[in-house]
Amino acid sequence: MLSADILLVLPLLIPVFSASIAVLFYKSNVAQRWTGVVGAIALCIAGILLFMEVRESGILVTYLGNWPAPFGITLVADHLAATMLVLTGILTLAVAVYSLGAVGEREEHFGYYPLTHVMVMGVCGSFLTGDLFNLFVWFEVMLIASFVLLVLGGRKIQLDGAFKYVLMNVVASTILLAGVSILYGITGSLNMADIAHRIHDIGEPGLVTVIAILFIIAFGMKAALFPLFFWLPASYHVPNIAVSAIFAGLLTKVGAYVMIRVFTLIFTEDIAWTHEIILWLSVLTMFIGVLGAVSQFEWRKILSIHIISQIGYMTLGLALYTPMALAGAVLYVAHNIIIKANLFLAAGIGHHLMGSYELKKLGGLYKYFPIFAAFNLLSAFSLAGVPPLWGFWAKFTVIFSAFQAERWIPAAFAIFVGLLTLYSMMKIWMYAFWKKHPEGDVPEHIQKKKVPLTMMIPVAALTLMTIAIGLFAEPVIEIAMTAAEELLEPERYIHAVLEAAP
Amino acid sequence: MEPLLAVVAGILFAIAAYLLTRRSIVKMVIGLVVLGNAANLTLFTMGGLTRGASAIIPYPETAPVGDYANPLPQALVLTAIVIGFGMLAFALVLAYRSWQELDTLDPDGMRVAEPIATEEDK
Repeated sequence: MLSADILLVLPLLIPVFSASIAVLFYKSNVAQRWTGVVGAIALCIAGILLFMEVRESGILVTYLGNWPAPFGITLVADHLAATMLVLTGILTLAVAVYSLGAVGEREEHFGYYPLTHVMVMGVCGSFLTGDLFNLFVWFEVMLIASFVLLVLGGRKIQLDGAFKYVLMNVVASTILLAGVSILYGITGSLNMADIAHRIHDIGEPGLVTVIAILFIIAFGMKAALFPLFFWLPASYHVPNIAVSAIFAGLLTKVGAYVMIRVFTLIFTEDIAWTHEIILWLSVLTMFIGVLGAVSQFEWRKILSIHIISQIGYMTLGLALYTPMALAGAVLYVAHNIIIKANLFLAAGIGHHLMGSYELKKLGGLYKYFPIFAAFNLLSAFSLAGVPPLWGFWAKFTVIFSAFQAERWIPAAFAIFVGLLTLYSMMKIWMYAFWKKHPEGDVPEHIQKKKVPLTMMIPVAALTLMTIAIGLFAEPVIEIAMTAAEELLEPERYIHAVLEAAP
Repeated sequence: MEPLLAVVAGILFAIAAYLLTRRSIVKMVIGLVVLGNAANLTLFTMGGLTRGASAIIPYPETAPVGDYANPLPQALVLTAIVIGFGMLAFALVLAYRSWQELDTLDPDGMRVAEPIATEEDK
């Protein structure tokens, strides 16, 4: 078995290694493609090994350069981080296979593969790091790669969407930097465990709360919380569909993840104030996000605006701050990484067959492509939370804990938003799959098309995953509960980082 | 010294907020520069300032002697400046390319990704 030190570094080394190989073979698209697939498989395996080790021996810590905490940079993996890494690996693999069929030579030539690896490295780094400034750096790694991926190809619509995306995200990073610096000023440390250890002895609860608000703003912008989400509907539908899928699966979830991390570890002093703000922001995020999605008539836009609404459920779980609510938040983040990306991938197949994302120009997919239609329908049901799929358990846990906490209004909104989610997913189904094609019957050249296997396999695999987890939910919920317990006992995290130092 | 720099950082944040709300993407990019520098200055000031001392350990000692500056904020600011510079370079190129393609510097005129709904859509 590999040592914990190696296991923690592998999720960062593998993407940087694959990116380097992809750059070395810059001229050969074929070599780059297969580097993508092999690198993703390796990342998947590394994530699973790390996860198994965390299950066995609890929170893992490594000290880079052997500098003891809190002086050096630490990498930490608890249940939550390890779960996120496994899902990142699975999603990267699915998108890497899907890209074989979906990404054009032009985009490949501009460096699609190396950039994806670099972005995934930034995502993994954000999940693993135990140091706030290092978190900022990983964010920037992730962002700069995502900027370029967004404009890859340089069409008008991409430049337009990318400018809004870049501006808002750079502002968010800068606010994060300011927040980190003030936190450093009052605690004298950047190590998250060390800050959490010291912050209660400082005796400046007011200042700490101000910093907490800075963090809500910075991470809220990344996660697309109300009222800071306006960059998302402007940008997520503009790049290649494979890029959209990996963005939708990973980037906002990193925002939600770090929010869960710092608001369970560091800012726990004034829960009645900070978590109450997050609670009402979540309710508004859910509701306004779903209304935006319902009003759209473009396949990708419906899906991307939906991300906002889903983020609301995750932060609602965080804001309720009970073991079950946090478990629900973890389940929801995990579920959304897989299923949101999968719906985008399915939309890509629809576009491949019909040549459009405009729902009004689509129709009749069910008649000629029933298997693809079934997979898309199951994924959509899972997103809306229809039992017995995975999404049901995630939604159920969050809403149930809202009732337990006697938060009637948020609970009512969560249920109502679930209904509207189902409605908007049905809208895609009715327009693209069920209704007649606008030209009467589906044109013959479309009827004869086949769904490419490289695109179909990832969609099928991810859909089967949500069905399987829905049917055998027990172990997954158990993992989420363990993760939530770890989050609610920050002493374990602090102890693991500070006491085990070499 | 710290209160003065804190006020300067505050003024820079205010200027950046003003520039970011201007209706020209060039001014918005300049706003990003100012915002980045405001954050860097905050970071530097929060680490505490030491006058007339460096963060260098004289040879052959192994630990700092006498007054010494806190080296950590310097390292952090250096990292933040480099990252900010990269972001700025990208934002500038993006602004230039958007101007070439979309033929406007006014963010209100950039409606390709989110077109205004026409009567037909409704």
